[in-house]
Amino acid sequence: MYDTNYHRASSVEEAVKLRSSQDEARYLSGGMTLIATMKQRLAAPSDLVDLRHVASMKGISVEGRKVRIGAATTHAEVASSSALRAVCPAICHLAGMIGDPHVRHMGTIGGSVANNDPAADYPSAVLALNATVVTDRREISADDYFQGMFDTALEEGELITAITFEAPEKAGYAKFPNPASRYALTGVFVAKSGSGVRVAVTGAGSNGVFRVKDLEAALLANWSAESVSSVTVDASQMMEDMHATPDYRANLVKVMAKRAVQAAG
Amino acid sequence: MGMEGIGARVARKEDKRFLTGKGRYTDDMVVPGMKYAYFVRSPHAHAKITGINVSAAKAMPGVIDVLDGKQLQADGIGNLICGWMIHSKDGSPMKMGAWRPLAVDTVRYVGDAIAIVVADSVAEARDAAEVVTVDYEELPAVITSVAALEAGAPQIHPEAPGNLIFDWQIGDGAATDKAIAEAAHVTEIEILNNRLSPNPMEPRAALGVYDEAEDHYTCYTTSQNPHVARLVMSAFYNVAPENKLRVIAPDVGGGFGSKIYIYPEEIVCLWASKKTGVPVKWTSDRTEAFLTDAHGRDHVSKVKMAFDKNHRIIGLKVDTIANLGAYMSLFSSAVPTYLYATLLSGQYAIPAIHANVRTVYTNTVPVDAYRGAGRPEATYLLERTMEVAARELGVSPAELRRKNFIRSFPYQTPVIMNYDAGDYDASLTAAMDAADWNGFPARRAEAEGRGKKRGIGMSCYIEACGIAPSQAVGSLGAGVGLWESAEVRVNAVGTIEVLTGSHSHGQGHETTFAQLVADRLGVPLASVNIVHGDTDKVQMGMGTYGSRSGAVGMSAIVKALDKVEMKAKKIAAHLMEADESDIVIENGELKVAGTDKTLPWFQVALAAYTAHNLPSGMEPGLKETAFYDPSNFTFPAGCYIAEVEIDPDTGKTEIIQFVAADDFGNIINPMIVEGQVHGGLAQGIGQALLEEVRYDEVSGQLLTASYMDYAMPRADDLPSFKLSHQNTPCPSNPLGIKGCGEAGAIGSPPALINAITDAIGVEITMPATPLKVWQALQSAEPRMAAE
Repeated sequence: MYDTNYHRASSVEEAVKLRSSQDEARYLSGGMTLIATMKQRLAAPSDLVDLRHVASMKGISVEGRKVRIGAATTHAEVASSSALRAVCPAICHLAGMIGDPHVRHMGTIGGSVANNDPAADYPSAVLALNATVVTDRREISADDYFQGMFDTALEEGELITAITFEAPEKAGYAKFPNPASRYALTGVFVAKSGSGVRVAVTGAGSNGVFRVKDLEAALLANWSAESVSSVTVDASQMMEDMHATPDYRANLVKVMAKRAVQAAG
Repeated sequence: MGMEGIGARVARKEDKRFLTGKGRYTDDMVVPGMKYAYFVRSPHAHAKITGINVSAAKAMPGVIDVLDGKQLQADGIGNLICGWMIHSKDGSPMKMGAWRPLAVDTVRYVGDAIAIVVADSVAEARDAAEVVTVDYEELPAVITSVAALEAGAPQIHPEAPGNLIFDWQIGDGAATDKAIAEAAHVTEIEILNNRLSPNPMEPRAALGVYDEAEDHYTCYTTSQNPHVARLVMSAFYNVAPENKLRVIAPDVGGGFGSKIYIYPEEIVCLWASKKTGVPVKWTSDRTEAFLTDAHGRDHVSKVKMAFDKNHRIIGLKVDTIANLGAYMSLFSSAVPTYLYATLLSGQYAIPAIHANVRTVYTNTVPVDAYRGAGRPEATYLLERTMEVAARELGVSPAELRRKNFIRSFPYQTPVIMNYDAGDYDASLTAAMDAADWNGFPARRAEAEGRGKKRGIGMSCYIEACGIAPSQAVGSLGAGVGLWESAEVRVNAVGTIEVLTGSHSHGQGHETTFAQLVADRLGVPLASVNIVHGDTDKVQMGMGTYGSRSGAVGMSAIVKALDKVEMKAKKIAAHLMEADESDIVIENGELKVAGTDKTLPWFQVALAAYTAHNLPSGMEPGLKETAFYDPSNFTFPAGCYIAEVEIDPDTGKTEIIQFVAADDFGNIINPMIVEGQVHGGLAQGIGQALLEEVRYDEVSGQLLTASYMDYAMPRADDLPSFKLSHQNTPCPSNPLGIKGCGEAGAIGSPPALINAITDAIGVEITMPATPLKVWQALQSAEPRMAAE
């Protein structure tokens, strides 16, 4: 790791100001990717602005069906929130499967969504739940937010403050972990709400998290694991690496979609 | 046995410091004025070095010096060597290419060390290493052993034309060919044994301290055998004469073979300490460990097993290519030869065996012994072949094995080994009972109802441990003897120190060795301390590997204890005016048999040191040394059964149950033995299901250079193991011990792959990842239009 300056922000305004005061500053929101990358000397921010102590960015609120998860909320907090579990247990289940206990107590939803790792779990939930990414300057719909591997609609210095969504009628997440890293080799989040069905896939796509419109249509017509079987998933859009072939990932999209639907009930 | 003696489940004396973070490892060592090293390494798999410029690096903050291979060579530091001479079948010696501790003109794998930077901090050393400019002329690289032997493959060492190091054979080729020609059935199979990275929890480290006033060196290092390190660094690498070099291997966090060898880093740190005038410490990071720790396995083999009409094996022919990487590591030549092909008889009476082994250079990190070292490769080959043969012959795998078991001992195999004792039927029967083998069809049917493919597989392994009779290994090319030493020092108040040449890096010697002493003398375990790992404290010893510490190391302690007891009895007899032959040692007392005369142990010890009243002519003191050279290898054996369930949708294998029935001979501490088996099984299961080192076959870059891509087994990958023992005491050493450290890693891979292939009905190579199992299922079944 190269030398870096650590700052602990206590408000959103202070965080944004600290970040903009240095060209090479980065937000730190758990650092479960960033710190490891810095230790490998693959990233060298001059300054780190820690967000985990900004009170307004922490905590979960559930009002009726409206959910707001502060960006600095840890995976462990999401996994164990009874209020959230009452309206959307699938996201609690997802958060409980991220990394290991150390990671879950450090990593945050905002950090994960901002990084948009193509194999991270949260992007699939945010996209399938049609969530809104709330930043210090605007609100971004999930469909507009995710723009490819590690690529998002965030502008320079823009800070995610919360993720909000309307709790779905039903939702489920099924993940097939990479045997080595335990990241999603393929993870599928399905959500059914009054406005329709959304199916989002992480880990498998050659361009990051994506929706599978054919699966959405099939599940809208018939919300059942069986209806997944009739859909063909195009392997040409899948990622290829030493851990999985496109064919295998295309197969896993269907298998995990079925299991997600079964889990959703 | 008592509460603390042989056979007792004593909690490890080491546990407190290890479990509370109080262990003292090489990286914990701090000496005055100590500085830090970082190595400049090759980013290329194969290249000529056309220039090295260190001037910018030397000017960096905190940098003390930057040293390269030319300076090392100029100071007369020697090349690394392989210490076991193998001759090809044409009589020519193995063709060893030069391995310079710091590469001078050519780099041969990604990670090959080129220069050392010494600085005030690790970060500054690393900063400076990044500005060392090395000019390379890239050369084509070759990664796999098969490709390295092809005509036109890149030539790696001028000394080894065609990259062939040796072409060796064992056994009777003509008799084997005749058996195959006359066979009623021949099973042919190709076997791949996947390449593994050892991954000890503690990465390698070295601290070199040069004392100018005494012209003396101290090396703290992560070694399984500090005396061997001192010997080799003195005799071959010309670092310093033995009397001027102290090697200390303090607490070591796992080795699995990878810390047997002397690597470039400890040599260079010692030399750099003299060169710079400061103590120099280097600690590997995890990626450096993946890049530079010696790997294991990496065999490609073709097998023919011949049967007569009664399903008796009449011949076995094996052709193996073993990848030794870019350089010959210390014992690399022995692993695919005398530690491998000599075990190809397995548990079976096979009249004719022939094995041919070619070893090759490739542009990968050196390959050497890794937990089991040759024996896992032999067992995997043999037990997969037996399974395939049973399927081809339409007989049960258990019956085919039983029919061919060796049943009388000693048994001379056609491949050198002379098995001294065993009861293979007992372990097979115990394992099948524990696994409820006969109930499997019902369990399979039940699983099928849930859409799962269930399979069961067995493996009957044998290994040769307790290495090794020095004369025998010497005749086979070993450059060292493989005896062990012990010194038992009784203090004046009766407490005891045992100095052993064995080295504990997770095996629990501080407990088991003390149990032996407590058992023999009836003294409390707490009064016995085990001292190891320091060449200034401990007499010459050979270290720990090949499951030898119990069979060889403890046998040396027995010999020393015999001498201590003899002297103590003489003193006691003198003090109690009895005949020496009437003295017995019981519960910490020396007694005159048949009388009520006793002397506590400590009084006898005290008498030895006060020397006020010793038998005439006796030297004062109570301290004895012994060297023990084994008369034979030991032969642990057993039967492992794996039962798996495969999810055909994802290809994921779940281990439903794993049974291990082992014959380890006599056992000192069953709890520690179980721990050794658990650890070995975890590594074997890792090899079978998860682990594989992969290089890019064009660029030679290591693709599995972190845990993001190299899959180590985790707790939830493993079932709860069912263990049992069917022990036949080993007749070849005084304690009847065979050894247990490697069995789990040796016996488990074939059991798992036999179970998986039983489940899916097609062959598969290790590791049987979900991807590969799913692909195998796709190729086996016509793809359904709608899933």
